[in-house]
Amino acid sequence: MRAFRATLMRELLLLWRNPAEIINPLFFFVMVVSLFPLAISPEPKQLALVAPGVVWVAALLAVMLSMDGLFRRDQESGVLDQLLTAPVLPVIPVSAKLLAHWLMTGLPLVLVSPLLGHMMQLPTLALEPLMLSILLGTPSLTVVGAIGAALTVGLNRGGILLAVLVLPLYIPVLIFGAGAVTTAVQGGPVDGVLAVLGALLALTLSLGPLAVAAGLKISSGN
Amino acid sequence: MTETANTALLTLASLACERDDRVLFSGLTMQARAGEIWQITGANGAGKTTLLRILVGLHGFYEGRCQWAIPRLQEELLYLGHQPGIREELSAEENLRFACALNGQAGDLMSALQAVGLRGFEDVPAAHLSAGQKRRIALARLWLSRKRVWVLDEPYTAIDQHGVESLDACLQSAAGQGTLVIYTSHHRVDGRVRRLHLAGGQAEVVS
Repeated sequence: MRAFRATLMRELLLLWRNPAEIINPLFFFVMVVSLFPLAISPEPKQLALVAPGVVWVAALLAVMLSMDGLFRRDQESGVLDQLLTAPVLPVIPVSAKLLAHWLMTGLPLVLVSPLLGHMMQLPTLALEPLMLSILLGTPSLTVVGAIGAALTVGLNRGGILLAVLVLPLYIPVLIFGAGAVTTAVQGGPVDGVLAVLGALLALTLSLGPLAVAAGLKISSGN
Repeated sequence: MTETANTALLTLASLACERDDRVLFSGLTMQARAGEIWQITGANGAGKTTLLRILVGLHGFYEGRCQWAIPRLQEELLYLGHQPGIREELSAEENLRFACALNGQAGDLMSALQAVGLRGFEDVPAAHLSAGQKRRIALARLWLSRKRVWVLDEPYTAIDQHGVESLDACLQSAAGQGTLVIYTSHHRVDGRVRRLHLAGGQAEVVS
């Protein structure tokens, strides 16, 4: 518990002192979504049609872009070696790291998503499902992305490899995330779709951190 | 000497390691006991860091046997790698506090920082400290609660004359209390130090 709390506090402090890591994904998310009305047309009907997909793809890419640096500086400074030779299971500090990362990068996306949905002319009744789907989806994206980040941390240019590894695994989250919003727009019941997102979240939260820890071990040369 | 002090903590038997098709060392056989100080020497690129990483379980690609007589080595291990694990955004105290929480070490952080001459710098972000001072943050862990095995990669790098003397004294007093110290450096600690030399794919215990 001591290691979990210490890692969590440290990660929050580190992200706080590197505000770019918090602002960049958020800025990316807002910018990409706000380009669509300019590119397609400001016509509300057309926008509302593509809105669920656009908001979700932008959120997904924003999370993925934030993953690349998750372990890099810790690896360069030797902190990862400390983590792997510590008397606690690596999965404990890793979980704390993921929680801090999601709080600082995923949660802001959740908070601005209704605003972007509104900008994309989504009907008001679909804004809550949008927010809920992003709330349930982004932690899964963070954890799965972290597996890729752990496996590519030792490589010099892991960025594109990370995308190749991780994007296929993001597809189920994307389908059900955007699906929930589309269902809400059409007036259908969203509980079932959100439940699937919740199930995906339960799966990634329970097994993901173990995979991240294993990935870090592999990257360190074990 | 008691019997427990005589049993080997670490046994290496015909240890061999290759990297990029080049043999770093082979046929490395040695036994290290509690209370000994081992210095590992060798030219740059001779495999010193890799050997230490094998010892602490960070590098799994080797042949031969590397065995610790400690059931859970990580509970008793203090490992300082080539990169000392200091994040530049954090102050000396924050870096040290995290390292201690992670490694289950206890003790007075301030007096440890004092011992390495960083008193007065504890709130300065490590980015504003010199290379030697950054290494001293990591070395401060040596003055906190005791572990039975110290594995130190180049602890003397960038440390000034006065720091070298106090580090010498620290290693010797730890060994006196039964800690096994293994370090790589070209600097020789005074007193009874055993030396392992890596050169040209061979590893030999020199003294």
